[in-house]
Amino acid sequence: MATMVTTRPVTTKSNTGGTKFPGPNGNGKNGHHRFEPDSNANRYRLGMWVALASIAMLFTALSSAYIVRAGSSNDWVSLTMPRVLLLSTAILLASSVTLELARRNLKAASFNGYARWILITMLLGLSFLGTQLLAWRALARQGVYLVSNPHSSFFYLLTAAHAVHLIGGLLALIFLWIRTLVKREVKVTVTGQAAADAVSIYWHFMDGLWIYLFLLLFLWR
Amino acid sequence: MSETHEGVHRHPAPTGFIRKYIFSIDHKVIGIQYLILALAAVLVGMIMSLLMRLNLSWPGTHWPILETLFPNGAPGGVMNPEFYLSLVTMHGTIMVFFVLTTAPQGGFGNYFLPIQIGAEDMAFPLLNMLSFWVTLVGFIVILLAIVVEGNARVGEWFAALGPSWAGGSGTVGPIGGWTGYAPLSALGKIAGPGQGAGMNLWVISIAIFCVGSLLGALNFITTLLNMRTKGMSLMRMPLTCWAWFTTAVLALLSFPVLLGGGILLLLDRIAGTSFFIPGGLYVSGLLSGSNPNFPLHTGGSPILWQHLFWFFGHPEVYIAILPGMGATSHILATFARKPVFGYRAMVFAIFAIGLLGFFVWGHHMFISGMSPYSAVAFSVLTLSIGVPSAVKTFNWLGTLWGGRIRFTCAMLFALGFVSLFVAGGISGLILGQSSLDLAMHDTYIVPAHFHLVMGVASIFGMFAALYFWFPKMFGRLMNESIGKVHFWITFVGVYCIFVPMHVMGLVGMPRRYAQFTEYEFLHGLHPLVLFVSISAIITISAQLIFYFNVVWSVFKGEKASANPWEATTLEWNTPSPPPHDNFAGVLPVVYHGPYEFAVPGAPKDFVMQTDNSVEVGTNGHNGHH
Amino acid sequence: MGRALAVIIWILTALSVLLFVSKKWWFPTAISEHGPALDRQFMITIVIVGISFTAAQIGLGYAVWKFRDTGNPSDRGLYTHGSNKLEMIWTVITAVIFISLGVMGQSVWASLRLNDVPPGSYSVEVVAQQFQWNFHYPGKDGVFGHTDPKLIDDGGLNFIGLDSSDPNAKDDAVTASLVIPLNHPVELKLRSKDVIHNIWVPPLRFKQDLVPGMEIKVHFTATKPGKYELACAELCGQLHFKMKSFMLVLPDNELNELKALPQEQFQARMTELLAKYPLVTN
Repeated sequence: MATMVTTRPVTTKSNTGGTKFPGPNGNGKNGHHRFEPDSNANRYRLGMWVALASIAMLFTALSSAYIVRAGSSNDWVSLTMPRVLLLSTAILLASSVTLELARRNLKAASFNGYARWILITMLLGLSFLGTQLLAWRALARQGVYLVSNPHSSFFYLLTAAHAVHLIGGLLALIFLWIRTLVKREVKVTVTGQAAADAVSIYWHFMDGLWIYLFLLLFLWR
Repeated sequence: MSETHEGVHRHPAPTGFIRKYIFSIDHKVIGIQYLILALAAVLVGMIMSLLMRLNLSWPGTHWPILETLFPNGAPGGVMNPEFYLSLVTMHGTIMVFFVLTTAPQGGFGNYFLPIQIGAEDMAFPLLNMLSFWVTLVGFIVILLAIVVEGNARVGEWFAALGPSWAGGSGTVGPIGGWTGYAPLSALGKIAGPGQGAGMNLWVISIAIFCVGSLLGALNFITTLLNMRTKGMSLMRMPLTCWAWFTTAVLALLSFPVLLGGGILLLLDRIAGTSFFIPGGLYVSGLLSGSNPNFPLHTGGSPILWQHLFWFFGHPEVYIAILPGMGATSHILATFARKPVFGYRAMVFAIFAIGLLGFFVWGHHMFISGMSPYSAVAFSVLTLSIGVPSAVKTFNWLGTLWGGRIRFTCAMLFALGFVSLFVAGGISGLILGQSSLDLAMHDTYIVPAHFHLVMGVASIFGMFAALYFWFPKMFGRLMNESIGKVHFWITFVGVYCIFVPMHVMGLVGMPRRYAQFTEYEFLHGLHPLVLFVSISAIITISAQLIFYFNVVWSVFKGEKASANPWEATTLEWNTPSPPPHDNFAGVLPVVYHGPYEFAVPGAPKDFVMQTDNSVEVGTNGHNGHH
Repeated sequence: MGRALAVIIWILTALSVLLFVSKKWWFPTAISEHGPALDRQFMITIVIVGISFTAAQIGLGYAVWKFRDTGNPSDRGLYTHGSNKLEMIWTVITAVIFISLGVMGQSVWASLRLNDVPPGSYSVEVVAQQFQWNFHYPGKDGVFGHTDPKLIDDGGLNFIGLDSSDPNAKDDAVTASLVIPLNHPVELKLRSKDVIHNIWVPPLRFKQDLVPGMEIKVHFTATKPGKYELACAELCGQLHFKMKSFMLVLPDNELNELKALPQEQFQARMTELLAKYPLVTN
């Protein structure tokens, strides 16, 4: 059997360096090897998009439950929006901007600036979670709890589900931050860039998701 | 060769036992772990079905062993109805989630998808390990549901967690079926035995399982899109890869919906919200809001749960069977010594089934109280799924036509798959019609249909896959003679079990009845009930032969060469079993489509995908004539 | 091996078909207006299903019989990757047959479920609860008395929470069996007190979930007098298999006489009628 097998040593780099999404591997022309950094980079970004598709489905399911439940009952009591949510929204939007500034620094190979803006993004993320907690407390002070009525149930549930996902994003930012501090790279690596890209895709998605949830919770009905 | 390229391995082969076999990030080990999980789970599920058949055919019989194991569920050794229903629930749950979702995808997909596309591992090996362990935790939690309801002492421990956690009902879990319809599933123990702690653990187990499956699906999709080796274009992939890929897409988009539904259900149960529980309920002598065990609920929608559940549930049946279709196509071509007939049509059919699978969930709900107008749309869409299914069947027959069939065990089970897929799938034409559903819904024709097609046909696909790939996985062939005995009994057995259930459905026998003694109109069916049970006992016993064959062959089976079946795809290009990185540091290059058998002028009747010494067609792609 | 498999496949196919053709176990005779049309649609479907099933299995058996490996290495299979023409033909043919079948399969459904309740229907409120059926009749005035979940008292036998202070409730009767007129449209108002149930009378070819929190209105017309078993067909708890009742289809004279009876005699007369009519099971 061995005589029939045509093989290629792994050290031969035959990829022409295309970074087309999702990768031009295996179309019979451009070979592709997993240890080539481009492949890794694509993989992080692609994996992130795939993960976001599934997170999007989770929130689609919860939103359709929200819409059905809102339409099917007469026990719906609309919440008055806690003002602090405007602040939290602004904070989260700002965090997207600071994350982009971080990426700009990374592109310019300014690692100190990169680490600094990542840290600021993290702090903004934490403040967002803090303001969300304040919103919960504001509602609790009005005597509105999870079980009070369907709108409050969905409010607590959707904000909590979003917060859990955002905490995931925070952990990823911490990872990026520590990685930068520990690795002390002098030049931008493809993997480093890809990790930053993947995390920022996720973070911006969480930002957009919050805007969507905010509109759903307070503009629907 | 391996020394020279040692440096390039991202994760070198582990040496310690734990990293090698337990917390391994090697997709092959993880694949085998999934298979072991499925083999354990299917044993539990089968024993449960055996107990169910005993109860249905010989109601009131004294089974001493039951009394010993479940003194509350089978007082005096006689199974009580709630015990039976908990068997129904747990059988369904364990089989659907921990067998039909794990073995085809997590097991065989994990092991062979990377090898068949010429990759050294999954895209995210650590995530892959995590997805298995998360799934295992889900399985442990569902087993815990058995204990917490079956054992009074453990039930008491859980009761301390809160009012919704009362256990110790003497059942083996909740009694609401694997579909967990609210509000029976949402109300807690006041709605029935097993609906306390057992039901909580059920929901938690399913939620954990969802997370594990999502991690797996993410990995499959990324791996397939990103890691195909040189020359492995999409249209040169084996059909197995197409099936695993489509399955992963279905899982990725459907499991989050079940997860969302599960969270809502758990909140209804534990926190007292009203997503699925309407107002004004009066359960077990208590009015909603009148008692701490039954807090006030208002306005929830029971049908909402059904929508969320079936939006997942229908794609789930394709998650179970698509990999079986892929394996069958693969094996039929290999042993018919012929290219797959209509490769492109097969790919489109897989995709069409997957896509349509997202738009037909309402056919489970014709008579649920949802809009009768939407039933019309769901019904017509459902019947149209028959088209790609028929296309697949025609192409399987086309693949066999003019072949030189070798009747190995793998081939027998693949042929059995085709036969059973037709037998089970075709009654979908009956059940998918809203009008006929008025008579058929929730009668025995429904379990007859889905057991044949998503249960048994899928399992036959997995048997075929195991007999086929066993030599690659363990370096030894399974025993063919024992395998053939296993095949004949199982093939005839499953027909004898499930075909009679169709006519029971016509008579009107309802599903999920602990006994059929109460209704005159069911008495005439007793001979059939007995026949089915006896067939089931024989068929289930015959699976011991299979278990024996697996264990025996792992240690004593005949040693296998790298390519014992003279097959063409990449997994047969590497030693049996494959080295840690699959191809010993040298990735294969692909020159042909996956099923180049009987190529005129070629030295042998098969041309491997890596063989560039033979011209096939014009550019190596699957040409059409 | 190939010949053995072919024979086994053919035998299993023949036995399966025989099980259906013999009609030894079959539907009970239909007793509803829509029943015969539903049965016709079933027959059309089962013939198409039967032919497709048999043809596919015969084809599969033929292939494994005919195309066995000869063991001669120079004798190879047919080298073909398929035929676009054949793919087109069988895709179009199955699409036409299956989708037409699907469209035809809507007619009975449409006649029952996409139509309003015919005016002047005989109306019964059905209130299901864990393991018991309650049928609420409006009495002579034809108006259902007010009900309220707060008034439900199973111990006091007020299963549906009937408000005895409501004048419309004075002549209402609540019984454990369903009585309906012959050849006259019947409207059922379906409710549930606790979990989902399903009302199922096999000869009626009729089934509908009763969903708590909803009132679902359905209608049908029974065409044969007699007593039939009524079952629950949606898993509702441990005694689901015992949640049984009877449906009594009465000719006009008997029904009118029953309807005219005051509340307290209604139940007794109904018991007499239930005893009088033998159970029809096929």
